[in-house]
Amino acid sequence: MKPFTYERADSPAAAAAAAARNPGSRFIAGGTNLLDLMKLQIETPPHLVDVTGLKLDRIDKTDDGGLRIGALVRNTDLAADDRVRRDYGVLSRALLAGASGQLRNMATTAGNLLQRTRCPYFYDTNMPCNKRTPGSGCSAIGGYSRQLAVVGSSGSCIATHPSDMAVAMRALDAMVETVRSDGSTRTIPIADFHRLPGETPHIDTNLAPAELITAVTLPKPLGGKHIYKKVRDRASYAFALISVAAVIGKDGKGRVTIGGVAHKPWRVDAADAQLPQGAKATAQALFADAKPTKDNAYKIPLVERTLGVVLAQAGAKS
Amino acid sequence: MKFDTPATTNPIDQLKIVGKPVDRIDGPLKTTGTASYAYERHDVAANPAYGHILGSAIAKGRIASIDTREAIAAPGVLAVVTAQNAGALMKGDFNTAKLLAGPEVQHYHQAVALVVAETFEQARAAAGLIKVDYTRADGAYDLEKAKSSATKPKDMDGDAPDSKVGDFASAFAAAPVQIDATYHTPDVSHAMMEPHASIAAWKGDELSLWTSNQMIDWGRGDVAKTLGIPKDKVHLSSPYIGGGFGGKLFVRSDAILAALGARAAKRPVKVALQRALVANNTTHRPATIQRVRIGASRDGKITAIAHENWSGDLPGGGPDSSVQQTRMLYAAPNRMTATRLAVLDLPESNAMRAPGEATGHMALEVAMDEMAEKLGMDPVQFRILNDSQVVPDDNGKTDRPFSQRQLVECLRQGADTFGWTGRNAKPAQRREGDWLIGMGVASAYRGAPTQKSGARVRLDGSGMVTVETDMTDIGTGSYTIIAQTAAEMMGVPLDKVVVKLGDTAYPVSAGSGGQWGAASSTAGVYAACTKLREAVATKLGFSTADVTFADGKVSSAGRSVALGEAAGPGGLVAEDTMEFGDLSEKYQHSTFGAHFVEVAVDMHTCEVRLRRMLAVCAAGRILNPKSARSQVIGAMTMGAGAALMEELAVDNRFGFFVNHDLAGYEVPVHADIPHQDVVFLDETDPTVSPMKAKGVGELGICGVAAAVANAIYNATGVRVREYPITLDKLISQMPALV
Ligand SMILES: Cc1cc2nc3c(=O)[nH]c(=O)nc-3n(C[C@H](O)[C@H](O)[C@H](O)COP(=O)(O)OP(=O)(O)OC[C@H]3O[C@@H](n4cnc5c(N)ncnc54)[C@H](O)[C@@H]3O)c2cc1C
Ligand code: SF4
Repeated sequence: MKPFTYERADSPAAAAAAAARNPGSRFIAGGTNLLDLMKLQIETPPHLVDVTGLKLDRIDKTDDGGLRIGALVRNTDLAADDRVRRDYGVLSRALLAGASGQLRNMATTAGNLLQRTRCPYFYDTNMPCNKRTPGSGCSAIGGYSRQLAVVGSSGSCIATHPSDMAVAMRALDAMVETVRSDGSTRTIPIADFHRLPGETPHIDTNLAPAELITAVTLPKPLGGKHIYKKVRDRASYAFALISVAAVIGKDGKGRVTIGGVAHKPWRVDAADAQLPQGAKATAQALFADAKPTKDNAYKIPLVERTLGVVLAQAGAKS
Repeated sequence: MKFDTPATTNPIDQLKIVGKPVDRIDGPLKTTGTASYAYERHDVAANPAYGHILGSAIAKGRIASIDTREAIAAPGVLAVVTAQNAGALMKGDFNTAKLLAGPEVQHYHQAVALVVAETFEQARAAAGLIKVDYTRADGAYDLEKAKSSATKPKDMDGDAPDSKVGDFASAFAAAPVQIDATYHTPDVSHAMMEPHASIAAWKGDELSLWTSNQMIDWGRGDVAKTLGIPKDKVHLSSPYIGGGFGGKLFVRSDAILAALGARAAKRPVKVALQRALVANNTTHRPATIQRVRIGASRDGKITAIAHENWSGDLPGGGPDSSVQQTRMLYAAPNRMTATRLAVLDLPESNAMRAPGEATGHMALEVAMDEMAEKLGMDPVQFRILNDSQVVPDDNGKTDRPFSQRQLVECLRQGADTFGWTGRNAKPAQRREGDWLIGMGVASAYRGAPTQKSGARVRLDGSGMVTVETDMTDIGTGSYTIIAQTAAEMMGVPLDKVVVKLGDTAYPVSAGSGGQWGAASSTAGVYAACTKLREAVATKLGFSTADVTFADGKVSSAGRSVALGEAAGPGGLVAEDTMEFGDLSEKYQHSTFGAHFVEVAVDMHTCEVRLRRMLAVCAAGRILNPKSARSQVIGAMTMGAGAALMEELAVDNRFGFFVNHDLAGYEVPVHADIPHQDVVFLDETDPTVSPMKAKGVGELGICGVAAAVANAIYNATGVRVREYPITLDKLISQMPALV
């Protein structure tokens, strides 16, 4: 860990301003991801702005009947919230499928969205990695890639985004609310929040430097069956090999987002449209441009099979 | 004491305390966090500095230059140790690669430097400032590719690498039913909870190491040899060990670099391996490629059996002895085994829980399942039919008896208890909702070696008995069974016994390895207690013929004296070492078992979940059924990991294990482990030791993974011969979804 300076901010705008004053600084929330990365010197911020005192830990109704989830709401609290469990079951289930109880007690909504990839080469500072050290190359390509992306990847990076929560939020069309150092705010649709790696895999999201997430909003409840199915090598406490977040109506129409296959939660409009046709058609649309490696090609049939069981569970054509 | 004739009735046979499922005597210390593990021994060395190891960034080559100036200048840094300033270092007898690289680098994450600083954080940060310029050399990392260049090793864990009985080739060719299959097991990591850790302090030319080590005397010898100092100038203390599984049989870089760091900083230094170094800096169980061929007559008698194994290691290393159990388990007149070793430049291969058998069963016991199916026989019956009461292949001979062999009983009783008749021999037939259900079985074999083991016993004026031996407790329960032994021998309750372990100040014991610890170390305590009993009797003028030790008193010919009184204010001390004669040559000492597993495989996602596990073990006298059960269920859990998820992924380009943390290297969590049952058959083996006991901690893992693999086959009809059996290996062959 590189020595760093630390401050606690007392308002969101002040936090963003503090970050802007200290180039390269990071916000720290639960610290469950950032601190690990700092210990391994994968992240070396000279300055930390602690945002845990910002009182962004409420879940409120929005005017249009949705929910506004404060950026600092802990994963445990979000998963347990009555309104979330009743109206956004996919989100509650996704959260509970992630990490462990202890980690969820610390992990925050914003931190979860911004957690970094679990590509094993990213974690080893001896290895070339474009995401960690731009221009150094990608060790995963041609290496151990069983967990990595099958779609939306580039010649520079084949990492996946590891979050479960974000997959559900993508299916729900969440919106990310932010504040910048000049005090201005904006709202980013989750679809545009995470990026594909392209030639710049070191940039995970479209947040500007020093831009603080204040909340994530969910539109009004969708109805339908909410399912989150996570497939992994062990029964608990493992990142997804693939996961399926789905909200399916009685008519078989709905939306589906896949985790563990791309640099961002993977949702394709054309695939949503195919849902009434069943798993095979949906998977075809999801993976039309897939470029799997030898080690991770299994993910494509795995998604199709998992979609099949999800659709059956929803009472739709599988 | 020399043990060279089978034991007759002795005080242990009273079984007042031995054989009872008493709680661990060290349990309260562990559950309250007061058992002090190496890194937390805050009371042993004043004001320790912190050391942080920098591992090599390359797998093979040379350090062209190393620049430590910035690190030395960093805040809090007291010293930086590298091969350039460490002085001459030898290689320990038990190490294959050197513990400090330079200029040559032998494997990835081999230590290249230690930074010593006032705080851990300073040491770690400064380690990041060291600039190393490497010259890479080409290395061999792919066992499959290196296989053709593998050669016959000198030795396979003390046995001949090859063996031969009859004429395998002709008998196999003539066999009406044959199977010829090749299996792969991956490199796996001990992944113990407590990483290797040491505190070192020098007093003049004497070195004290508070460390985490399974074998105190080996460790003492290798520390002395590595540093070039006399053995008696080295003191090791390792009373609590947070798991070892063979990974702490040997001195590792934490200990040597702590010693070098303490010398350089002129201060005690503590070093723990960071988790990321455990996989590549220390030892691991090597990957194997195993070919098994079995030929049988149509009625299921095996006529020919062959097992060949290939593994790799650094130059000078040894093979995995995966063919061992194949020389022991089943009768067959024609047989061969062969062991080949390739040179690989991956980190050092070495022992891990049941080395040899742990991997060997993963091949043999699946081949047996495949053969049973070909023969149309029940796999339990097929194994029973081919039982042998003599060692089937004893370096070519076939007449030495087993002292005890209850394999058939284990299989029978296991089948009954498990409800084996409920298994459908035809795969992929049983379905519950989305799950395909299957059952599998495997035999379990592991040797029951004994090793010379010493102990000292003190009796004080209050009647307290204190046992001292350098035996270790690696979480296994050594403290408790040693206390039980001493209590039984001296006729005192358990709370009158204090056990002190893991210190070079105490008599040299067998240590913890090869499942010899329980039987050997308690035998050493038995010997010392026998001497102490004699000393007590002699002091009181009692005839040793009729003397009894019970209820805290010693009695003879109507006289009875409290033990404390007998010892007197000065107390009495006795020390002895149990040495073992040639009974283990006359008889093969082995443990046997059978594992039964039920799995459920998700038809859609192909995820495998265990539903039930049962182990039936015949392993001599069970000294403490509770701690023995803990050993076996822990071993079953490790077997489940080997079957389903554990694999150090090799990067064949860079030559290292990629998934070197516990996020990437998955071991089973609670949710993976279902109901586990363990049954111990009644057995006492008077030819092994006066305790009539054997080991069980390694037997528990042998065969588990094969039973899981066989259950997966029974559930799905998919035979995977490459461990771990992850869903990606099942998916393309799963039965059609209906
Ligand atoms: C062992 C382990 C297992 C795990 N398993 C899973 C799993 O199965 N599924 C899963 O989804 N996740 C898993 N996780 C990841 C976990 O969900 C994340 O670590 C956690 O959600 C991060 O939240 P945090 O608040 O601790 O973030 P921090 O570590 O505090 O921050 C993470 C990042 O977010 C930034 N940040 C935080 N708050 C804000 C804000 N308000 N605005 C802008 N930037 C901000 C930080 O600067 C940092 O870059 C696992 C983690 C661990 C350690
Ligand atoms: S896949 Fe991405 S994160 Fe992984 S090594 Fe390549 S560039 Fe780095």
